[in-house]
Amino acid sequence: MAEQHTIIVAIVTRKPENLQGGGAPVFIVEDEEALQKTAMTLEKIMDAAAQEINTETIVLVAR
Amino acid sequence: MNEYLVSVLMGVFFGFISRLTLLRTDFRQYPTYPQGRIIHLSFGFIAAFIGAVATPAVMESDWTAVTFLGLAATQFREVRKMERETLAKVDEFELVKRGTPFIEGMAQAFESRNYMVMFTGLVTTLFAVYSVWLGAVAGIVKLFVVKFNMSGKLLLDIADVSEGDIHFEGPTLYVDNIVIKNVGLEKSRQIIMERAVGIIVTPKNQNSIVTLSHLGQRQAMLHHIATVLGSFLDSGEPALLPLAKRDLEDGRIALFVLPREKDFEQIKTVLEHVPVLDSAIRMPREADKGKG
Repeated sequence: MAEQHTIIVAIVTRKPENLQGGGAPVFIVEDEEALQKTAMTLEKIMDAAAQEINTETIVLVAR
Repeated sequence: MNEYLVSVLMGVFFGFISRLTLLRTDFRQYPTYPQGRIIHLSFGFIAAFIGAVATPAVMESDWTAVTFLGLAATQFREVRKMERETLAKVDEFELVKRGTPFIEGMAQAFESRNYMVMFTGLVTTLFAVYSVWLGAVAGIVKLFVVKFNMSGKLLLDIADVSEGDIHFEGPTLYVDNIVIKNVGLEKSRQIIMERAVGIIVTPKNQNSIVTLSHLGQRQAMLHHIATVLGSFLDSGEPALLPLAKRDLEDGRIALFVLPREKDFEQIKTVLEHVPVLDSAIRMPREADKGKG
């Protein structure tokens, strides 16, 4: 618990123009519903936490 | 040597009884299996024996024996190592971990119990050599000392527990005004609003502010709630992981938990009986810092 290495394992977004490069794959979705659904699927697959940056983008973070 | 037989037996008897009274199996779930108990009881028996034969050895001026007994006593340090290793391994598979500082405290307790047993044996034999009845009285007194003097402080001595309000501002989860974490999924937010309980732990003084800030102490609180009241959690569900966050301004701790039992009175009682970890205790007020 004392030391945490946090990495972004995936990014789900509705606005790809706001993102740039980086180590994580970006999933581009159409609407709010698809955003939530994709993020949830990825959360279950990666055992990572889905965290909201803003209403358009959710990052999946592994600790 | 026969003249000491009764007194040594008494020392061993009372020493062993004191180990038995110290071996509790409760919600902490350890040790539960007979195998686990046997390890501790036999260690306790050896400790009692070492304590009990010390007095006759001194009285017979058998210094070699006394030296060897001293050597044997140091072997009990291994008990601590053994406990630490076992508990640390087991902890890897806990949903809500105990945390290393809590384990260290438990290991310390296991070691010190053996020394208490040794001391009980020693004192009992010392008195029993003069009179068997005196020995019995000394043994019983030691049992009470062992039983009631070997417990540390509890959380209710250093902090007040009250219920906190769980709410979201956008994706950010708050307990009262303390930020807990960011929750991205709408579904997780719904579960949290339905199931989660927020608790505010307010430290009673300057010393307890520092004690409560210790991460191990907070983990111990979360672990206690999870073991006693259950948790709505599985592996790979990081959104539901219980968390403890601190208010930087005044040192209050906000706990976010998803217990199976949502009754706050129960949670409060459980929390108040969390031990204050030895490694977390800080006393900045006792230190000299150039002013009174």
